Amino acid sequence: MAGNILAYVDHFKGRPLQASWEVVSAARKLAAEPDGRVTALIFGPEAEKMAQASIHYGADEALICEDASLADYRPEPIAALISKIGKEHQPDAIFFTTSTRGRELAAMVAIDLDSGVLPDVINIENQGGKLVATRPIYAGKLLAKVECRSKPQLLTLRVRAFGKPVEDSSRSGKVTKVATALGETQLATKVVDYATVEGRVSLGDAAIIVSGGRGTSNNLTLTPPAEITDEKQREIWRAQQGFRMVGELAQVLGGALGASRAAVDAGYVPYDHQVGQTGKVVSPDLYVAVGISGAIQHLAGMRTSKVIVAINKDPDAPIFGVARYGVVGDLFEIVPALTKVLKERLHK
Amino acid sequence: MKIAVFVKQVPDSAAKMAVDNGTVTWGEAPLVINPWDEYAVEAALVLAEKYGGEVSALSLGGESAKEALKHALAMGCGEAILISDPAIPSPDAGATARILAAAATKLGVYLAIFGKQAIDADTGLTAPMTARLLGWPSLTLVAAITQLDAVAKSIRVERGIEEGRQVVEGKLPAILSIGKDFGEPRYPSFMGIRKASKAEIPTWSLAELGIPAPEIKVSWPEIFSPPPREVSGDLITGDSAEEIASKLVDKLLAAGVL
Repeated sequence: MAGNILAYVDHFKGRPLQASWEVVSAARKLAAEPDGRVTALIFGPEAEKMAQASIHYGADEALICEDASLADYRPEPIAALISKIGKEHQPDAIFFTTSTRGRELAAMVAIDLDSGVLPDVINIENQGGKLVATRPIYAGKLLAKVECRSKPQLLTLRVRAFGKPVEDSSRSGKVTKVATALGETQLATKVVDYATVEGRVSLGDAAIIVSGGRGTSNNLTLTPPAEITDEKQREIWRAQQGFRMVGELAQVLGGALGASRAAVDAGYVPYDHQVGQTGKVVSPDLYVAVGISGAIQHLAGMRTSKVIVAINKDPDAPIFGVARYGVVGDLFEIVPALTKVLKERLHK
Repeated sequence: MKIAVFVKQVPDSAAKMAVDNGTVTWGEAPLVINPWDEYAVEAALVLAEKYGGEVSALSLGGESAKEALKHALAMGCGEAILISDPAIPSPDAGATARILAAAATKLGVYLAIFGKQAIDADTGLTAPMTARLLGWPSLTLVAAITQLDAVAKSIRVERGIEEGRQVVEGKLPAILSIGKDFGEPRYPSFMGIRKASKAEIPTWSLAELGIPAPEIKVSWPEIFSPPPREVSGDLITGDSAEEIASKLVDKLLAAGVL
């Protein structure tokens, strides 16, 4: 059985996502050696440089295109090029990252090649060339085994679900330049600009996440400035002091700052930070839940984290049901102490 | 300008999901409009208010999906249409996209708007698939719509991506999917709820859309509950916050996660 897999290398302006190497590496493991081939597809700036890396991570060869029309990510020209290569190569499968780009590219290629997509998969079994994928549904409250009845089977792989990719710089392979499938005049979109968002958080690929909940507003010993008279605004002010403390803990751990939906809805922190069913679904090595009771939507979004620590004053809070380590206590005492000890122990 | 907004009916996000004899169940929890789709309705209404136009809400589903459509009507959509046909009991994303693309064509819309994804199957595929089928620009994960020119037939949006925001201009007609950054969806008004409760919601079949039943590419041989998390629930206690913190750090170092 020849398992030929195309692996799309996702990047932003020539900077590859670590998840792309997870995809290449997972493809290598699944392609039946010695006759199975993994071909990396790399389109956009710095493609040639990324091609070498893709081979080190497990690709047998790389197809690259650095045409000016691909300088900024747009799904239409890239999907068209992947589909063109798909028609020529007739692969068994095409793998993508589960990212904003990977999802829509897989969707478009599926239409072009009249096949289906298995999105956001966390496990793949190769049953004689037929890939049976496991994926979370209802934000991970349930799991589903899914199969694609046609070829190529299109999969997007969840970030961090397939283990750390191993780099082997002794591997070598052919890098081939390919032409675009569409010209600039055939494209109906144009990238005008980029805007960075202040304090943008990348929860999806963080190895450590520290999240705050409604409990962050409970330090009544703090007195808001007198000019804040509105009771709701006073609560938000208190919570923001609490979140600053939670943020310091995240910082000393080198992690990202998360939040519960309740904290976001109450206006304590921006939506970017929300973990849960209508926020980000995350799976870090370490998840620290501070002052979060553990509503079902929140648990769905973080329950697959490797180690969960819960700090909450309510011993009956549902969050303790998923926590490996629990501390029942006042977060305003525990969190600063934890930050202090970590600073000493991690020599920061 | 005619705008279509596609909504789906799903179990409430607070529902406890389970599998009973291979069938997904959600206990007593209500079926609601997919929370992401409320943002899509909001975007459609904001556009219609600002630039003029009519908003049609469409849903593919069973008879009960009319409740999700009523929510969209109560928020302010002008009309609602249910797409239902016994030939499509459980369409995958691709089949759904084929049906919705046909509906957008039948309505003759300039914009078709989706939520980011549905909270049941969590695929996020239907919007870009529909765009591809229609050959329209796919502007997904829209955080803001900064410009719309009905004469020049162009739209400018800010897309929320991992690295920040990407400002993209596209030609109309186009497909949009809306992210939560767009802004809180409005609540249905009292008058809106009254109007919605009396509204006649027509049903379109595949024959009325003029398409055959689309082929299903993705099968779901098994749905199951995730294995219970093995938590020993190690409660860490001590005489002082420092002692507790110290013990916790010991454990985390031993677990190799720091």
